[in-house]
Amino acid sequence: MSFPPIVPQPVLWVAVSLLLYALAKPLYQRVRFPLLHPVMVTGALLIVILRVTDTDYQTYMEGGRMISFFLGPSVVALGVPLYVRLQEMKRSAPMMLSVVFFGSAVGIVAAVVPPLLMGAPDVVVRALAPKSVTTPIAIAVAEGIGGDAPLTAVFVVLTGIYGAVVGPVILRLFGVTNPIAFGLAMGSAAHGIGTARSLEEGQLQGAAAGLGICLCGILTAILTPILVSFLLG
Amino acid sequence: MFGGIGILMLFLLIGEAISGLGLALPGNVIGMLLLTAALSLRIVRLEQVQGATNTLLDNLAFLFVPPSVGVMVYFNLIGDNWPAIVVSLAVGATAVLLAIGLPTQWWMRRLERKHADEGDPM
Repeated sequence: MSFPPIVPQPVLWVAVSLLLYALAKPLYQRVRFPLLHPVMVTGALLIVILRVTDTDYQTYMEGGRMISFFLGPSVVALGVPLYVRLQEMKRSAPMMLSVVFFGSAVGIVAAVVPPLLMGAPDVVVRALAPKSVTTPIAIAVAEGIGGDAPLTAVFVVLTGIYGAVVGPVILRLFGVTNPIAFGLAMGSAAHGIGTARSLEEGQLQGAAAGLGICLCGILTAILTPILVSFLLG
Repeated sequence: MFGGIGILMLFLLIGEAISGLGLALPGNVIGMLLLTAALSLRIVRLEQVQGATNTLLDNLAFLFVPPSVGVMVYFNLIGDNWPAIVVSLAVGATAVLLAIGLPTQWWMRRLERKHADEGDPM
């Protein structure tokens, strides 16, 4: 089954993405089952629809690009919560900066070393390195170190879903109950999806997660090229 | 809101231009840092950008849909390497969670205790 040429593909796929997400979001809000995260449900349904209609990814992206274009200004927009949180948490700012610096470095090494030891191909390892940060930053970082940008985007989304699902369980298990500690960890480990999950816990958790995305994004952008050239040559 | 989006685009533009000069940081990150600086220096006021920012960040998850569809292109590559990928995702994310969560928890506890001793509320 395929579409007659009269159907404008970009408009079609923007419309389908919007409508599926509009259905998936209230579903998730009702059941709160993490594997039914709206990004996951919408992505899976779209893949099925694209397969059934014999549409390739490039054709989908003629419309998809118009959506993901807004990831650029969204990263710039993160400067606003960064400014607001730094005002509010002035006294803790140096501590948070050093903790996230440490955490970002640990995250890059922990993401790269296991697949390296397990013999994964270079392109996969390089695409995994910047996966804990928000997509537009991760894509830019991956391109800089010779990783494949769309593959990185996939790993970023999977990391976000993993972090949102498993993150709160791990944090509770290790006694991380303070709202700022919870949010900072979730935002740093699972970017926007972890932040959305933190907002479910409370405003302070969400705010700290927003700070985590900003700080971890900046520090990962700086640290990844250095650590990857050290680990992979 | 239109002015706000315009300001965000302007900072993205400046960031991309600076990044194009050969700086290692992505243009969008440079734009974010410049916007934070501009807010601190009162060049941009919070009210000018807050509406546009809230609209974008409240719906951030939706913007991840197109890249997540990219998984269909990589079914084979991911299928061949799934154990390494799963381990990397799990170990990487868990390491970040604990490397950041545990020290921050410890620090916040210490701050709270100090405040309790001094008798002033947080």
